[in-house]
Amino acid sequence: MPLIKIRDLHFYRGDRAIFDGVNIDIQRGKITAIMGPSGTGKTTLLRLIGGQLRPDSGTIEVDGQDVHKLSHAGLYELRKRMGMLFQSGALLTDISVFDNVAFPLREHTDLPESMIRDLVLMKLQAVGLRNARDLMPAELSGGMARRVALARAVTLDPMMVMYDEPFTGQDPISMGTIVNLIHRLNDAMGLTSIIVSHDVMETTEIADVIYLLSAGKVIESGSPVQLKRSSSQWVQQFIQGLPDGPVPFHFPGVDFADDLLSSEVSA
Amino acid sequence: MQKRNTEITVGMFVAAGIVAIFVLAMKVSNFTDFTDDAGYEVVAEFGNIGGLKVRSPVTMAGVRVGRVSNISLDGSTYNAKVTLSLYSQFNTLPTDTSASIFTAGLLGEQYIALEAGAEDEFLKNGDVLHLTQPALVLEQIIGQFLFSKAEGE
Amino acid sequence: MIDFIRSLGRWGLDTLQRLGSGHLFLWYMVKGIPEVLLRFSLVIQQLQSVGVRSVMIILVSGLFVGMVLGLQGYNTLVDFGAEESLGVLVSLSLVRELGPVVCALLFAGRAGSALTAEIGLMKSTEQLTGMEMMAVDPIRRIITPRFVAGIISMPLLAAIFSAVGIFGGFIVGYGLLGVDDGAFWSQMQVKTDWYDDVLNGVIKSVVFGVVVTWIALFEGYDASPTSEGVGRATTRTVVHSAFAILGLDFVLTALMFGGI
Repeated sequence: MPLIKIRDLHFYRGDRAIFDGVNIDIQRGKITAIMGPSGTGKTTLLRLIGGQLRPDSGTIEVDGQDVHKLSHAGLYELRKRMGMLFQSGALLTDISVFDNVAFPLREHTDLPESMIRDLVLMKLQAVGLRNARDLMPAELSGGMARRVALARAVTLDPMMVMYDEPFTGQDPISMGTIVNLIHRLNDAMGLTSIIVSHDVMETTEIADVIYLLSAGKVIESGSPVQLKRSSSQWVQQFIQGLPDGPVPFHFPGVDFADDLLSSEVSA
Repeated sequence: MQKRNTEITVGMFVAAGIVAIFVLAMKVSNFTDFTDDAGYEVVAEFGNIGGLKVRSPVTMAGVRVGRVSNISLDGSTYNAKVTLSLYSQFNTLPTDTSASIFTAGLLGEQYIALEAGAEDEFLKNGDVLHLTQPALVLEQIIGQFLFSKAEGE
Repeated sequence: MIDFIRSLGRWGLDTLQRLGSGHLFLWYMVKGIPEVLLRFSLVIQQLQSVGVRSVMIILVSGLFVGMVLGLQGYNTLVDFGAEESLGVLVSLSLVRELGPVVCALLFAGRAGSALTAEIGLMKSTEQLTGMEMMAVDPIRRIITPRFVAGIISMPLLAAIFSAVGIFGGFIVGYGLLGVDDGAFWSQMQVKTDWYDDVLNGVIKSVVFGVVVTWIALFEGYDASPTSEGVGRATTRTVVHSAFAILGLDFVLTALMFGGI
C-alpha cells in the first residue's frame, strides 16, 4: 500500500485550475519526484498534502488517513510525522541554529535538556553543521541554512520528508551536498521522500519515481530511465531543456509579421 | 545568560510600572481615603442639597471626617436623603450633631460641615441627624433679596 | 457612475471581510491565552521587546508632556489667581486622558509597528508556514504571547507616563514658576479620585493595549508576504491604531465620565 494516495485531485485558484484530476501514488521508502515547469503548482501540492490547503474535490490519503477529514488535533498529530523542507529554509530568525533544530523537540516532547542536546547534535552531525550550532540563521549561507532546515525537518524522526525545490539557487558544491544528503537520509532513516523540483539533472540522479505535471494533469510517470525513453515530445522537451517545442518560446498571440505591419499604436 | 538578562530587565519594567501605579494611588489620588473605610454611616435629610455629589467631603471644624457615600430621594417627605460615611476614629460625635451644606469659596464645590451638639451619647451606625440646614441656592437668595427690596418700598 | 457604485460595493465587501477575519483572529488569540499563561516564559520574552524597549520613549515623552502642561496650565490659571490648582490640572489631564491616549499612540508607533513588521517578515520568509508544518500552531506560539505581553505592557507604560508627567509638571510649577509645593500636592490629592480618575485611566489603557496589539498582530499576519506588503501593513497599523485609540477614547470618556 502506498504511503500517500492522491485520487482525482481538483484545486482552483479563482477560475484557474491548478490541478484538474491528478492521481499520484507515493511508495514507502522510495524517493518520488514531482516535476514540471514553474507555475504548475508543485509547491501547492505539498501544501495540500500537509493539509494547509483544502482541495476543491478529490482525496489525499497519508498513511491511510484522509488529510482533509482529520480534526485540527488529528492533523497536527499527523504533521508531527511529516517533515518539510522549505525553499527558503524557513528557519526562525531570532534563535540560533541549535535552538532551531531543538525547536520541534521542545515544542512536542518533555525530554530533559541533556537528551535534547544529544539528539540535536546527532542531527546536526548528520548534515555536517555540528560546529555551526551557535550561529544565528542570518550568518548562514543559503546552502547551510537549507541543511539546518533539513536537520530540523528530521528531528522528530518523521515517516516522510517533503522537499520544496531543494536544489534551486545553490552553487554546485552545496547542490551536490544536498543531493547526497537527501539520498543518504532516505536510506539510513527509512524515510519516504517527496521532491518537488524542476532541476532535471539532480532529480533524475536520485529519484526512484518521477511524476511530470503540466497544465493541472499528470503528463507522464515512471522511473527516470522510462521517462528518458518517453515518446512524448513534451516530455523530451522538458527533460532535455529545449527552448522550443510543444511549449512555445513565444507567448501566444498575434503573429510577428502581422504585428509589424499593423498600424495600431498603443497609447 | 541572555535569558537571565531578559528576565531581569522585564522584572525591572514591571516593578517600575507597579511603582508608578502606587505613586498614582498614594501621592496623586485620594486612594488613602479608602484605606480606613471601616467607618460608620449616618443619614441626614436635607430640603435641598444643591450641587452635592457622592464622595463630596464631610468636615467638622474644617477637618475632614468622612465623605458622602449615597444620595437618594425620600419618597414620602420629598427630601434628599444623604448617607454620610464617617471615619471610625471620629466615633465620639454627639447624637445632636447638626449638618449643613456649604460651598468652598464662591464658586467651588459643595461639602457637608458638621457642628457638634451637647448630648452625652454618641452617634453610631445607622443613626439619623435631625438638625440639618439645606444648601444655599444663589438664585433663591437673589430672588428673595429682590422680593424683599420690592416689598420694602 | 455604475463603476463608482461598483467600487464602493467592492470596498464595502473587502472591509467587511477584513473585519470578519480580524475578529476571527482575535478569537483564536483569546482561545490560546490559557495555554500561553502556562508557558509564561514566552510572554516574558515578548514583554522585553514590547514593553521594556518602549520605556525610554515613554519616559522622555511623559516628562515633556507634563512640563508643557505645567507651563500652559500656569499661564491660564494665574489669571484667575488659581495657580494652586496647577497640580489638579496636570494630574487630571494626565491620568484621565493624556496618559492613556498619548502613551497608546506612542506604543502603536514604537511597539505596534515593530510587531507588524516582525510578524509580516516571519510570514514572508515562510517561518509561520514552516511552524505549522512542524505541527506548532503559530497563533498560539507566536501571536498570543505577543498579544498578552501587549495587554500587560500598556497599562504599566501608561502609569509610568502619567507618574513621570506629573513629576514634570511639578518641576515646572514648583521649580520654575514658584507654585507652592504643598498646595500643588494636596489640591491634587483632594481632587483626583482613585476610582473615577486613576482606575478609569487604567481601564482605558488596558482597552487601548488590547486594540493596538490586536491591530498590529492582525496587520502583520494578514500582510501580503512581500517587502512592499509588510511596509504597507506597518503604515496601516499606525494609522488604524491612531483612529481606533482616538475614537475609542471618545466612547470610553462618554461612558466613564458621563455626559451621554
